[in-house]
Amino acid sequence: MLNQSSLIYRYDGSFDGLLCCVFESYDKKEIPMDILLPDTFQTMLFEVKTITTDSQKSSRVLSSIPKKIGDGALDLVRHAFLTCFNQKELYILLFLRMGYRYGPSVMSMLADDVVNTLFKAVKHLENESHLLKGFVRFSVFSDVLVAEIEPKNYVLPLLAQHFCERYPEERFLIYDKTHGMALVYQLHQSTIIPIEALEMPEPDEQEQSFRELWRIFYDAIEVQGRHNPQCRMSHMPKRYWKYMTEFSCGPKKSLLRLEGSEVLVPCKGQELRFPIIINIDKHND
Amino acid sequence: MDVFDKLKILTDAAKYDVACTSSGVNKKAIAGGIGSAAAAGICHSFAGDGRCISLLKVLMTNVCVYDCKYCVNRKSNDTLRASFTPRELAELTINFYRRNYIEGLFLSSGVLRSPDYTSERMIETLRILREEYRFSGYIHAKAIPGTDSTLIAQLGMLADRMSVNIELPSQSSLQMLAPDKSKHSILAPMGYIKNRIQENSTDMIKYRHAPKFVPAGQSTQMIIGATPDTDFQILNLTEGLYKKYKLKRVFFSAYMPVIENTLLPTIDTKPPLWREHRLYQADWLLRFYGFAANELLDQNHQSFNPYIDPKGNWALNHMEFFPMNINRAPYSDLLRVPGIGVNSAKRIVIARRTTTLNFDGLKKLGVVFKRAQYFITCGGKVADGLKITQNGVLRSLMSQKTLGLYHQSFPLQSESEQLSLFEQPLMIHSTTIQEDIRKCLISPV
Repeated sequence: MLNQSSLIYRYDGSFDGLLCCVFESYDKKEIPMDILLPDTFQTMLFEVKTITTDSQKSSRVLSSIPKKIGDGALDLVRHAFLTCFNQKELYILLFLRMGYRYGPSVMSMLADDVVNTLFKAVKHLENESHLLKGFVRFSVFSDVLVAEIEPKNYVLPLLAQHFCERYPEERFLIYDKTHGMALVYQLHQSTIIPIEALEMPEPDEQEQSFRELWRIFYDAIEVQGRHNPQCRMSHMPKRYWKYMTEFSCGPKKSLLRLEGSEVLVPCKGQELRFPIIINIDKHND
Repeated sequence: MDVFDKLKILTDAAKYDVACTSSGVNKKAIAGGIGSAAAAGICHSFAGDGRCISLLKVLMTNVCVYDCKYCVNRKSNDTLRASFTPRELAELTINFYRRNYIEGLFLSSGVLRSPDYTSERMIETLRILREEYRFSGYIHAKAIPGTDSTLIAQLGMLADRMSVNIELPSQSSLQMLAPDKSKHSILAPMGYIKNRIQENSTDMIKYRHAPKFVPAGQSTQMIIGATPDTDFQILNLTEGLYKKYKLKRVFFSAYMPVIENTLLPTIDTKPPLWREHRLYQADWLLRFYGFAANELLDQNHQSFNPYIDPKGNWALNHMEFFPMNINRAPYSDLLRVPGIGVNSAKRIVIARRTTTLNFDGLKKLGVVFKRAQYFITCGGKVADGLKITQNGVLRSLMSQKTLGLYHQSFPLQSESEQLSLFEQPLMIHSTTIQEDIRKCLISPV
């Protein structure tokens, strides 16, 4: 086995870019100490090699993973790339190197440090995404559902399928404030797009009354004689409360502009237009 | 009365029902409809008491012709009464559902006029949801005891899960506290639902699109602590219900005194939460760990040990099974080790295919080492530096809080004695609960 050299890779932050790092590692027979994003600050103690993304190299690596290590490994690596674990790139590379060496059985080496770390990071991502399936709160603005979340991991790709299957006839937007991205679904199609900021418009009367009804329900359902805030907190950590209707009171002010049938969202100095307020009667059949 | 007041009254009246799970069925929205369901269930919030909120849990009405002594909605109770109309409730459900507040509806009801009339109103609510809104989200409907079986059949075609509450764990308790209900009136609909589910599963083999009857199965609940029934009786009944009626879940609800009545515990009685907790732990052991009720409790030990969980208690009383070789023991045996759960046992089985596990590896797999160390060996060895002392074992098997309580009740003997709590009687003070503890703790090894 090769020793880890005092070398650092720098890649463009894309999944393909990371696969090119794997390619480079085999090509040059070296294992980097760390793999960094382009904008990470780095003291010049160690040699830094910038890996350029080459789709030919990355697709060679990509197609080899299911063949040599199995479909499960590819899923794991793809999910690991979405986690907030800060050395995910290095651990994915180390995991793939192990995978090419041991084959599919690497997936059962749960007590190994690299495999274990990666599985734990993915578990954290999946847990967060599962919780958010419940904790996301939509507000209805002119028949469009809008929600805001602040997850640690990049969960939007994991949430997409769930919410699309749940609300096939709706138009909705889930804004991930941490990563500056939004899941947009309309006319039976979903995409994930970058968004700089989003603030909710003033809720109308109907929206406010349903929020109020929900708060009434939330308060009434508690059995006071069993009050147990510790238990609540361990199931639903406080960081999720910020965007939940039952804990917020009063409407927020709006930066988002409504113009005709479109919502304007500020993005990279420009305004993105979403025709999410459409008055098409789709159920005329 | 507006919908705000109705929601408040009818939620308040429904909150003592424990079940709020949305599990057991996987569904996507149908074309032009709304709603899905995930077999694992999704919690949408947690109330101040720490219980999951998954469904909009309300009563159709809190008007009731029955007079069950333990119930807030009994007819002799002087309380505000309200009723939802089917359409009101369906609209509320859909609007909550769109905003992702809930996973679906949990609909129960007081008995208005007659069980049949009540069920008809419930059916109408579900019909509006399923047919008009094309709603595929989760619906849990309560079967009202005494309802005609054709109406139960209709309800079952619309709901994902149904439940009939047993409420009180024995016929004598029922007679005393719920004079209008009998064991038969509760078990009859339960048996009917079970048979329909079975018939339906054979239909589904024959016809791919056969409509589904209660696809997420049925559940029930029992009140703990309102009557003198013991843990042993309750657990046996639970096991019987799983086997005979194929229930998906049995829920337990610590009795919360809401009414003054000479037949009931006094109003200042604290709900027996620890007892409820132990019953749930035992319930899990029955469903996922391969334990039988008579392994956990028996005629001579009718109550759970309040200090040690049922699995730990079983292990301490069956030391002949231990220490267990982690690298060789089959999955079903691994599940019996305190500190190893379903997930960690599965991981152990996977991980040892490629390597021989050591203690460090075990910790990475999520084994609670503090508890497990007394019961396992790796490569023929016990954990390094493991000393078996009474204090050590107790500390590892109890939480800080229960350990404190335990030391209050039983002052600690000398540190170095080996597992002395099983060999000699401990000092006991004179309350009934401690009598029970003594029975459990001083059982022969």
